[in-house]
Amino acid sequence: MTPLLTTKGLSRSFGGLRAVDSVDFTLMPGEIRAVIGPNGAGKTTFVSLVSGRIRPTSGTIIFDGADITDLPAYARVRQGIAYTFQITSIYANLTVYANVALPVQLTLRHGHSKSAIQAAVMAALEHTGLADRAHMPAGQLSYGHQRLLEVAMGLALKPRLLILDEPTQGLADSEIDNFVELVRDIATNATVLLIEHNMPVVMQLADRITIFNAGKILAEGTPEAIRDNAAVQDAYLGTAP
Amino acid sequence: MHFGPHLLLAALEGLVTSAVLALTALGLSLVFGVMRVVNVAHGEFFMLGAVLAWAISTAISGHPALGFLAALVIAPLIVGAIALIAERLVLRRLNYNPEATIVATIGMLYIIQQLALTFYGPEARPVEPPFSYRILLPWFGYSGYKLSVIAASALLLITTWLVLTRTKIGLIMRATQYDSETAQAFGIPVDRVYGGVFALGAMLAAIAAVLIVPISQAHYLMGQDPLLLSFIVVIIGGLGSLRGTVVAAVLIGLSDGIISMFFSPTLAKIIATLLVAMVLVFRPQGLFGTASR
Amino acid sequence: MSEASPAKAYALHLGVIALLLALSFVLPGYYHGLLARIMVLAVFAMGYNMLFGYAGLLSLGHAMFFGAGLYGAGLAIIQLGWSVPAAFAAGLGCGVVVSLIIGLLALRTTGVAFMIVTMMFAQVFYLLILYFATWTGGDQGQVVPQPARVLEFGATSLDLTNPTVRYMSALALFTIVLLITLAIVRSRYGRVLVAIRENEERTKMLGYDTFSNKLMAVVVSGAICAASGAAYALLFGYVGSSFASVQYSILPLLWVLLGGAATTLGPLLGTLFMYYVIDVTSGYTSAYLLIVGIALILLVLFFPKGILGTIRQRWLGWLP
Repeated sequence: MTPLLTTKGLSRSFGGLRAVDSVDFTLMPGEIRAVIGPNGAGKTTFVSLVSGRIRPTSGTIIFDGADITDLPAYARVRQGIAYTFQITSIYANLTVYANVALPVQLTLRHGHSKSAIQAAVMAALEHTGLADRAHMPAGQLSYGHQRLLEVAMGLALKPRLLILDEPTQGLADSEIDNFVELVRDIATNATVLLIEHNMPVVMQLADRITIFNAGKILAEGTPEAIRDNAAVQDAYLGTAP
Repeated sequence: MHFGPHLLLAALEGLVTSAVLALTALGLSLVFGVMRVVNVAHGEFFMLGAVLAWAISTAISGHPALGFLAALVIAPLIVGAIALIAERLVLRRLNYNPEATIVATIGMLYIIQQLALTFYGPEARPVEPPFSYRILLPWFGYSGYKLSVIAASALLLITTWLVLTRTKIGLIMRATQYDSETAQAFGIPVDRVYGGVFALGAMLAAIAAVLIVPISQAHYLMGQDPLLLSFIVVIIGGLGSLRGTVVAAVLIGLSDGIISMFFSPTLAKIIATLLVAMVLVFRPQGLFGTASR
Repeated sequence: MSEASPAKAYALHLGVIALLLALSFVLPGYYHGLLARIMVLAVFAMGYNMLFGYAGLLSLGHAMFFGAGLYGAGLAIIQLGWSVPAAFAAGLGCGVVVSLIIGLLALRTTGVAFMIVTMMFAQVFYLLILYFATWTGGDQGQVVPQPARVLEFGATSLDLTNPTVRYMSALALFTIVLLITLAIVRSRYGRVLVAIRENEERTKMLGYDTFSNKLMAVVVSGAICAASGAAYALLFGYVGSSFASVQYSILPLLWVLLGGAATTLGPLLGTLFMYYVIDVTSGYTSAYLLIVGIALILLVLFFPKGILGTIRQRWLGWLP
């Protein structure tokens, strides 16, 4: 099977700091991959390079067999890479419906009739449990619902690769359980790349885990292998699970 | 006259322009640097300084130096007070939102300009220089007053620089410029600093105008060119950089004086404006500034 | 926002157009001429609103787009002897070219820098008109001769200097641009523009090429403003540099702010209201720019949504 995403020697420096330092990374289709690591390890920079929000200093990014290193962010989205923001970034003044209609009207291949858009928007909202709030201004949603809306917008893009940057940050425990179910559900149709601090969530969801430290990949493996890896425990996990 | 003396004369005239321009632009630069406010009404504070200088010097009889000195002190104070009121009444209420403050200062521009037209009238009026000593050079005589303008401006620029770098007020201003929220947390009254900086910026423009008004004349539309030139200087010099502002002012003042001897002033303005717009588009940190934060 | 009731929105717009048509038969001479002028300038404001209201880009240089249309059309007649339709097309073409160039350059900047850059380009445009005074007439301006302002359709001819023809032409232009604006605002593209205004970074990450969309908005806006300028030259017969000065970049901003940014009818209302205020106060002061200044400050301080923006927020959520 060919990988969905590959990076080769991917690097990005800010001033003198090498935030991401020649990272070779491979992601297979259908996987749920968690990226973990201490603050400042370069996780967000790494996914920003993949999504095209920032440009690499050197290295290449290959998505589904094609070199996308020089593609602008919007074109990568159209190729099927969706990114959800760490700091919730929605259209606070528009309705929940309008928020989701924007990605929907981009990806609808067959006709742009009002009913087609409406069906697709409502599907994404049902999926995330926001359907009954469709006509509220997005800014009036609770924080947890705003996070869900963020995911609904990503889903509406019908991505092949969905990047979730710390999706459970600031959520209550009950919300987190629903979220885990949602991500599992999404993964039946898409590959998921997940940055997450919450270790129980990572252990429940991830097929494989990649650990970043100081801009480099420290270790990679199944959740069990990572849990048993002594070096990883020393460097990052400490005494946790 | 031969080419050499011609050039010298042009350079001297250019230095006078530079001197006044540096003061005016410094005011604009301080306001933008500390408050992040683009003050489109800056040229009108300049005009107000000149018009008030005329009013004060005509009100005071006796030796012209007396009236001029009075104007040099009183006119900037009045302008500073007006600026402070405008800041309190308008800019502060807008929370210094960059776009809203531009629209508001455009409003101030029209209000000040049209009030000047209403109360001062459309005439251009001269102010007598405090002294009329002429320095005789081998090729031509040159106004001693113009040279004293250059000296006075240099003195004021150095004073401002010392205040900014060596005093507590300067430290407070720089702290506010660097990060107003942290400054606030450390007990700096950011609000009052903003008011003071806006008034100071206007006063610098007013002083520049009082200095120049014995050479040019007071007119209600005279604020337009200094505004444009100050923008050019501040953009070329790098927004908020004192050294860049002075270097750019000398450069622009000199080239303006020399170019306008050989080209039509309109063409010179076209080229200068276009160049500056291009600098903003392709090198927004200015020619002398370092990368922006 | 307005998905719910397109019928009400269309009815309102057609009602406004019908009202303007009816006014043509009842207004006395002076106001009849003034309203024709206001409709043409409201088109200018609608063009400005396209960029400022919907795309959220605050330009301080739109006088150059109006001026491109004005001089493009005016000089095509005066210097080249072109017919009225060709001159109008020339004005429109100039607007498209100028706005495309300015858009490509100015859109590399954002926020305050965008405002300053557009203002400076407009200043260059204004100074060029003064510099090439031999062709443009400089600050004196030029009159477009009356015999050239006649529209020929085979045997019939329409004299644009006739007050009724002039009023109807202005109304026709206004109607076309209003309906175009309404269509754009309700389209997919209109929603993308609003999305860029609300959150550009997010819109980029939803797969939209925000630069191209903004460039398109600059060109559409520039073309509408140029159409207004061209119509002004043809209907009122005068091209002058004051129409390209900074003041004519500020006025559409004021009209739009007053009427309500991002409302389709706000530009007309703002232009109309501002002319009314100036008309009323002209008895007290000749310095009408004073009113402009005070209005600008009062609007940003107390009334940032304008008349229709406030009405939409409080009462009529369906207003487009």
